[in-house]
Amino acid sequence: MKFLDEFRDPGKAKALITEIQGLVKNIPRAQERPIWIMEVCGGHTHTIFRYGLNHLLPKEIEFIHGPGCPVCVLPRGRVDDCIALAEQPGVIMTTFGDAMRVTGSKKNLLQAKAEGADVRMVYSPLDALVIARRHPEKEVVFFGLGFETTMPSTAMTVLQAKQERLRNFSLFSNHITIIPTIKAILDSPDMQLDGFLGPGHVSMVIGVSPYDFIARHYRKPITIAGFEPLDMLQAIWMVLKQLAEGRCQVENQYQRIVSDDGNAQALNAIQQVFEIREFFEWRGLGSIDHSGVQIREAFAAYDAERKFSLPNITIADPTSCQCGEVLKGAIKPNQCKVFGTTCTPETPLGALMVSTEGACAAYYQYGWIEKNEIQPVTR
Amino acid sequence: MLPLLSSHTESDSPPVSLPARFHGQRVTLVHGGGGKAMRDLIEHVFIQTFQHPLAAAMEDQARLSLPELGNLGSQLAMTTDTFVVHPLFFPGGNIGELAVNGTVNDLAMCGARPLYLSCAVVIEEGLAIETLFSLAQSMKAAADYAGIGIVTGDTKVVERGAADKLFINTTGIGVIPNGIAISGHRAQPGDVVITNGYLGDHGVAILLARNELALKATIESDTQPLHGLVEAMLTCCKDIHCLRDATRGGLATVLNELAQASHVSIQVNESALPIRESVRGACEILGLDPLYLANEGVLAAIVPPEEAANLLQVMRNHPAGRQSAIIGQVKEAQAGRVTLATIFGGVRILDMLVGEQLPRIC
Repeated sequence: MKFLDEFRDPGKAKALITEIQGLVKNIPRAQERPIWIMEVCGGHTHTIFRYGLNHLLPKEIEFIHGPGCPVCVLPRGRVDDCIALAEQPGVIMTTFGDAMRVTGSKKNLLQAKAEGADVRMVYSPLDALVIARRHPEKEVVFFGLGFETTMPSTAMTVLQAKQERLRNFSLFSNHITIIPTIKAILDSPDMQLDGFLGPGHVSMVIGVSPYDFIARHYRKPITIAGFEPLDMLQAIWMVLKQLAEGRCQVENQYQRIVSDDGNAQALNAIQQVFEIREFFEWRGLGSIDHSGVQIREAFAAYDAERKFSLPNITIADPTSCQCGEVLKGAIKPNQCKVFGTTCTPETPLGALMVSTEGACAAYYQYGWIEKNEIQPVTR
Repeated sequence: MLPLLSSHTESDSPPVSLPARFHGQRVTLVHGGGGKAMRDLIEHVFIQTFQHPLAAAMEDQARLSLPELGNLGSQLAMTTDTFVVHPLFFPGGNIGELAVNGTVNDLAMCGARPLYLSCAVVIEEGLAIETLFSLAQSMKAAADYAGIGIVTGDTKVVERGAADKLFINTTGIGVIPNGIAISGHRAQPGDVVITNGYLGDHGVAILLARNELALKATIESDTQPLHGLVEAMLTCCKDIHCLRDATRGGLATVLNELAQASHVSIQVNESALPIRESVRGACEILGLDPLYLANEGVLAAIVPPEEAANLLQVMRNHPAGRQSAIIGQVKEAQAGRVTLATIFGGVRILDMLVGEQLPRIC
């Protein structure tokens, strides 16, 4: 496949891995303990496991799977609110496919749908507007979630709805923002990370400079990375190179997509529609200040939280779940007490088992073959 | 062909046309009421189209000759499947064709020669009678192509909203020739895994036909009967260990079923998998894995290693097996597990599909 296979070339990967093996030898810390690199984005977690990168890299490199799966980090109380909304008479709830399976305290949207709620999967929030135009007698709500990657399209949808004066569309915003989240991880006392792979698609929107504080203040190297296996290997090489040379900088491996200043039009749409919430609850991480966004007063008519009354009850994470510790890199997914036993992709207990991009789901699905089990491929 | 039993399914019979009084008409609850209207509909849409003497007798059951069946083998195979696909028509096929091929293939996967089919329909009121007629004709064409007779059936009509346009159930009966012992339990370490065609075509064709994705590509469903291919395979190698058609859940699911049933592990070689560029592209965009997408004309065969090369040649010479490829190997370790050796040289688990594949959000 043109423009994809080039980034999956096994020969080039081999060369990069040899380079990486050489670099690791020059990093003093690697002689004492593994180098811990956090891939912030769930898309990166997916690539690591899908291509088996963890088996190809030297054992001195360990990935700490970050919080960047927006479906996973949604707290149960918010899902309950969404289901309560979906179950109101006359409401059509629309959302992305992934979000249908995330469970609240009792059920998920798929189950609510089976019980009679009108829940529809869309591929773009603009599809929700199409449904709203087609059903003026119904209230169409879009369950919006995601980082800055999906935020612009939701913001554009709200702008479009206002322009059309659509009265029967509203947004239930669960969007979150990446920078405060990374900051919260860096501030946590048990944090021992050596470097970061920055999220490629978020950065396409926000640009490079918002990450400056990571290098300047926290003295950690970060490389913004693309999602193909060669992208990731190159980005890992770049982080290691910084570590070997004792540098801490923000570098951009994903230059074919990410520009220094980000996407002005997307940022403008976000700016117009959204403002920072004082705090937002995360599954597994607790409340993080300034990490969520809500709809501005000027667009109140399109805010489902203002339009409908919601239960708005905070529900604690199941006590047996250790998602928080996994997210902070304190333990590996398969070291969690309930991993693969009571918490599986069929019956996800913790957030990280829900989406294919969640660290635990990826681990379960692709990952937990031990290195010594790998046998050479025979044909 | 089947000299004894299917001489009546000749495809050179005169084409049937729908009487003018049905043109522009829709199925109503009256057509399911058991009265004159129902008989009229069944006779002109189904019986006359299927043109099988056993159906034309309009008894409550088809009566099959035991001695004739017994001449073909000593074991009868029976299977049933219900088809609920939306939309009814899609690139490369329609629900009628699918309903015949799907059941024919389920019979073929034990080496059976498919002989008789039933056709039970649940119709949502409001379906255009011409649509129903055209689907019945597709069923007849598919049945002729497969050399199988549609010999009995049932028609129900339900209120609008109680079904989605049309559901079809087909039950099939076939005879397993003596000396064949294909079973999900027979995979052995050292065996070789072979498939016959491109993976994921049907799944992507259906997704695109729903028109919800604003994606344009010309990908056709692979719906086809596989018993001819299986017959050719069995002529070459009577000792095929396992056969499954990789329908819902795709190739990955089928291989997991076989690995579990046989208490072996299977390693699939990613670079050997036959997948169309367009299907790979659509999957990339939608966040789907072609290994879990439905196929309607793809089988996975597990065969003794010494037979693999000859078998592959025979399969490639058959119209339903042009893209045949050896895609993996059966191993002893870690019984019940399927792994994928990636193009990249890594290895990952290829697990059963959990729920439905849902597109990722970003």
